[in-house]
Amino acid sequence: MTTDPLLKVTNLTKTYTGSPSMVARLLGRKPVHVRAVSDVSFSVGRGEILGLIGESGCGKSTLGRAILRLHEPSSGRVEFGDADVTALSPPEMKAMRRRMQIIFQDPYASLNPRRTVGDIVGLPLQLHGLENGREDMREKVAMMLDKVGLKAGQIDRYPHQFSGGQRQRIGIARALISNPEFIVCDEPVSALDVSIQAQIIQLLLELKREFQLTYLFISHDISVIGYLSDRVAVMYLGEIVEMGPVESVLATPRHPYTQSLMSAVPEVDGTGKGQRVRLKGDLPSPLDPPSGCKFHTRCPLAIDICRQRKPVTETVGKGHSAACHRLAERLSLLEGAAQ
Amino acid sequence: MSVIETNATVAAESLFRRNMAAFMENRLAFGSAIVVVLFVFMAIFAPWIAPNDPYNTNLFFRLQPPVWMDGGEWAYPLGADALGRCILSRIIYGARVSIFIGAAVILVATTVGILAGLAAGYLRGWVDVVISRLVDILLGFPYLIFAIGLMAMMGPGLGNIILALAYKEWVIPCRVVRGETLVTRELEYVEAARALGASSKHIMLREILPNILSPVIVVATIRMAHVIILEASLSFLGLGVQPPTASWGAMVADGRAFILESWWVSTFPGVAILLLVLAINVASQGLRDAFDPRFTE
Repeated sequence: MTTDPLLKVTNLTKTYTGSPSMVARLLGRKPVHVRAVSDVSFSVGRGEILGLIGESGCGKSTLGRAILRLHEPSSGRVEFGDADVTALSPPEMKAMRRRMQIIFQDPYASLNPRRTVGDIVGLPLQLHGLENGREDMREKVAMMLDKVGLKAGQIDRYPHQFSGGQRQRIGIARALISNPEFIVCDEPVSALDVSIQAQIIQLLLELKREFQLTYLFISHDISVIGYLSDRVAVMYLGEIVEMGPVESVLATPRHPYTQSLMSAVPEVDGTGKGQRVRLKGDLPSPLDPPSGCKFHTRCPLAIDICRQRKPVTETVGKGHSAACHRLAERLSLLEGAAQ
Repeated sequence: MSVIETNATVAAESLFRRNMAAFMENRLAFGSAIVVVLFVFMAIFAPWIAPNDPYNTNLFFRLQPPVWMDGGEWAYPLGADALGRCILSRIIYGARVSIFIGAAVILVATTVGILAGLAAGYLRGWVDVVISRLVDILLGFPYLIFAIGLMAMMGPGLGNIILALAYKEWVIPCRVVRGETLVTRELEYVEAARALGASSKHIMLREILPNILSPVIVVATIRMAHVIILEASLSFLGLGVQPPTASWGAMVADGRAFILESWWVSTFPGVAILLLVLAINVASQGLRDAFDPRFTE
């Protein structure tokens, strides 16, 4: 499926600079740099769902927003179709926004409380001149509402009159009404009840089929990612540590971080076969990332070289790659722990 | 379709109605609001309410006391000033000046403050630096002295008073709007609008502004009381509206010379200032409690 990449990200880096206060600057303190996303490269094929997984604060949402230039990337390239998104002028970028959209995590914060559903969902049509007057806009919005499972009669209501799941449907309608090709789904179900999660995931899959969409699906929930992705990328402290087809990565994870994530998924079959690989400590501060392999502070397999040199990304299977010094020599961490 | 539309209107109004209900339950604030409305009516219908022509001088009635004192009569209920003009009529006409200037200054200042605050808070960067420094500098000047200086430069007159007061007044709504904008711009619905390709103008005016309007309206009403006092102060100092136009501040000043023997000349316009300003303050605090949930415990 990677033969026809729709989105190609090359060496994307996003650095935030916290400028110190005037007093601190006078005392000679230097501005702090945080590398939220560091040298990330990947591509997403047309019609594919790439799952992006990682714990809170690893930079996965920043990556999604940097691709859409909601947060301007510090360096690197984002190519979409045959356009270089990172080099587009403001009017070109505005036109491009019609083709790439985002669905947000929090359905309460992502809808303007003072605007009606009709205004919210109709906004993309207005902005890109896709409507012929108000009546035409309302008709198109009503059709879109119907597609996402809301009633056309709810068009004049305000966001606070809907439940979380319904609000997320409004957010989806807004993202899809301009007929985009690519959607960044930024944890679209994380804030919802489990029963509602399933409905929204089904809706996203149906819409993908109907509108031939491509998703970058960001989540911290392995079961969700495993259910709907074609390929998975695992992120740790702003870097992709492992990437490959979903069956391959989830069944035979090669990076110790992915293995620890997999072992943290609770199982209900009661066989107790899953051995827990517990990580020591918290995610290190991205203000002061560890040297060498960024995972070494928490890795059960870390040796000297991990502290000194950054591992290169190696191919470990068909379309499956991982970045770890100990890929070649070690047994699976899970098997090792079982002995 | 009609059923749906009715539903929507009901829902849209429900929040406003709930706030209004909370406001009316606060009896002191509601009573004050009625007082303010009465003053406004008085200003609008002054020619029909006033018992006498406020500009008609009659030296036979010079410094005539109010009706309940010896020598008072119903023709001049609150007495007459040094030129024999009816004090009650002048107070009624003076409400026009106070309320008109208060409203005009707040209107100009709030409009400018909203635009500047939105630009500073949303665009950040050098726009924010320039506007915020300007605000800091203006805040450094004592308000009245600043206004006196401007009036001395521009000369007296209704338009000049409004300008002189609005020159500095806009920093108050500006700071409120900037602070609210800084918070609101980080919300996901603003990011969503950016992701859809909305312009900065659209985001500032259509996405952010409607959501920060309640605190701005509350601040505007509170500040209106201050502006009325400032106008009275300028008129008291002779830098405001020029005689013979009736202005409460100027009336207080006129009576200074006779304060011991004819206290009513200064006192009644002073009471009018006190009543209106107090009523606006109490009503606006009630508004704040009802409309801005952050201030309610």
